[in-house]
Amino acid sequence: METKNIMIVGVGGQGTLLTSRILGGLTLKAGFDVKLSEVHGMAQRGGSVVTFVRYGEKVSEPIVEEGCADVLIAFERLEALRYAHFLKKDGVLIVNDQRIDPMPVVIGAAQYPSDIIEGLEKEHKVLKIDAQAAAAKLGNPRTFNIIVLGLAAKHMDFSHEDWLEVIEKTVPAKTIDINKQAFELGYNMG
Amino acid sequence: MSEKKLMLGNEAIARGAYEAGVKVSAAYPGTPSTEISENIVKYDEIYAEWSPNEKVAMEVAIGASMAGSRALVSMKHVGVNVASDPLYTVSYIGVTGGLVLVAADDPGMYSSQNEQDSRAVARAAHIPVIEPSDSSEAKEFIKFAYEISEKYDTPVMLRTTTRLSHSQGIVELDERFEPIDIPYEKNIAKNVMMPGNAIKRHPVVEAREKQMAIDGENFPVNRIEMNDKKIGVITSGIPYQYVKEALPNASVLKLGVVNPLPRPMIEKFAKEVDKLYIIEELDPIIEEQVKSWGIDCIGKEILTIQGEYSANLLRRAILGQKSDSVAPAQVPVRPPILCPGCPHRATFYALKKLGLHAAGDIGCYTLGAVAPLSVVDTTVCMGSSISTLHGMEKAGGREFIKDWVAVIGDSTFMHTGVNSLINMFYNQGTGTVLILDNSTTGMTGHQDHAATGKTLKGEIVPAVDLYKLCHDGIGIENTRIVNAFDSKELTAAIKEEVAREKVSVIIVQAPCALLKSNKPRPALKIDTEKCIRCGACMKPGCPAITKKESGEIAIDATLCNGCGLCKGLCPKSAIS
Repeated sequence: METKNIMIVGVGGQGTLLTSRILGGLTLKAGFDVKLSEVHGMAQRGGSVVTFVRYGEKVSEPIVEEGCADVLIAFERLEALRYAHFLKKDGVLIVNDQRIDPMPVVIGAAQYPSDIIEGLEKEHKVLKIDAQAAAAKLGNPRTFNIIVLGLAAKHMDFSHEDWLEVIEKTVPAKTIDINKQAFELGYNMG
Repeated sequence: MSEKKLMLGNEAIARGAYEAGVKVSAAYPGTPSTEISENIVKYDEIYAEWSPNEKVAMEVAIGASMAGSRALVSMKHVGVNVASDPLYTVSYIGVTGGLVLVAADDPGMYSSQNEQDSRAVARAAHIPVIEPSDSSEAKEFIKFAYEISEKYDTPVMLRTTTRLSHSQGIVELDERFEPIDIPYEKNIAKNVMMPGNAIKRHPVVEAREKQMAIDGENFPVNRIEMNDKKIGVITSGIPYQYVKEALPNASVLKLGVVNPLPRPMIEKFAKEVDKLYIIEELDPIIEEQVKSWGIDCIGKEILTIQGEYSANLLRRAILGQKSDSVAPAQVPVRPPILCPGCPHRATFYALKKLGLHAAGDIGCYTLGAVAPLSVVDTTVCMGSSISTLHGMEKAGGREFIKDWVAVIGDSTFMHTGVNSLINMFYNQGTGTVLILDNSTTGMTGHQDHAATGKTLKGEIVPAVDLYKLCHDGIGIENTRIVNAFDSKELTAAIKEEVAREKVSVIIVQAPCALLKSNKPRPALKIDTEKCIRCGACMKPGCPAITKKESGEIAIDATLCNGCGLCKGLCPKSAIS
């Protein structure tokens, strides 16, 4: 099997680390070699963050390079656009339809691009989801990233049971049930 | 079969220290090294502490080694500068129990003020450097580092980079080795570094380094992967992974020990291959040595000394291959920002309104330099705010600093800021120092320090009282405490103290918005009927407040933590 390249991008504080840890647990359970690369420290403070996950028979490089991502999971629209050139030609983009203004936009020094998703749809296979709304309906707005992950799950190589088992092991004990529900919600949207 | 786990490079280093039988660990937090201590603390067999700075941490580890136990000290690259005083001399002393310093470099400057290469410090201090390439090696190489530390009687540096420290890979766990503590023997000639003794130790250091260069061929961590001989590569650390990806058929000399270099091994390898490349991130440390031996090789002629490498970068530079990916979209940047509810925002907004400049320091509050606040004018290194302000006054007089303050966090103040404050007091400076006391080391992810009253192990201990330290200890009469969110009192205090022709300290208190003990208040809302869209609430640059395309101003309830800064700015009382 060729090494599979997954990227998770978003805004610092959106929970990219938690989702990458779930992916890491899955790849390990499935017996793949795996490398994950994360961003900690200053860059996390509301900045643009990216996590790389690579799995296969033998993985050397811990980062995904431009034009190589099989799946790009974006928790925010502008971040989807920022990293879209990392996608392979037939790669899949899963984008949470949320807008978080970066500081240059907040202070009026730059404009938030319009029609981001429409533009990306012309170039890539795009799956769009309003995970905030879905999470609010579920009763816990913080589960939105697991809903997005549920939608992305169909484009990866792990069984439904494995996903649920690893979520159970990774998320805080109090939130296991709600996160499992969130996963199912996203999974069934695909 | 032993257990397999997915581990961060830093977590693997901690595991390696545990398996190697380390008994004492000391550190000051700093990205990308912090998680080493945060994982070591999980092992009850190891005493682990946050020291106030890297020099102290280094000396704690030296003491532990002198007492006969294996000791670990970890820090980011710039921390090595702080620790370099003891480091250069312990190189002469050597070790009793094995002594390993983990230095975490940050190519690409994800969270640092410079891109220095710790291998250069190790070379200058004449200590060996070990460099792993993934999490699994990180764990194994730490154990090897203790072996050679004790065998060659030398402290050892294990160098990582951000990409190694913050990447996860599969690690196989082993049992802990319980070394027997080496009994203490008084040895003044070896352990007291005064000229008469040190002069006899220097030849020992030189001989040790020469011996290691010869023995390097037999170190299991140095290996040759002979393949197609048209291209030969000497590499180490994370760049090895890029080489395997970009040049899978090349012959590779993978160095685990990058100082001292195994010269005979390198000379033999160079003869075997047609074209030799040296691939190392940052400075040409290996390359310059190899070239000085008269070996023809290519390195920084085609590769940069800046930032991180990648397989694509090597394909372009060595094979002339271009990637066929599309160009990145031109989009607004998203720089890091102060969090919603951050007390530093309230302080910086008060300073901005007063038209003041701030001599800054290292921490989240360095972000006070970013628009729309743009209050911080200078930032050099840990503890520098107070001393640079003092230097400005001595150059430009009182007139120069009449609209200046120094800003420094509580953890940074305890690190080295307190020395600078003592200097300002002693040398009759008149600067105003704001200690931004958010009760934690914020930027590295909430570590305790001497003034929080809690240790790395989670024990509750007496806290250093910042007020008493400044007022009663140093003797600064004009020391006061103000709440960061009490903008009226804060503004009045700053005005008064800046005008005062004496050194003064304002301890600006409010816990970090992300501290778990700091329960968020309910999110605020804007009453659109009352709102006149004047934008006053947006001036401090809170990311929770945005203007929609319709011109309506709204607070994002998922981001707002109810700090109330914006509420106090609204002329129409539209925020509640």
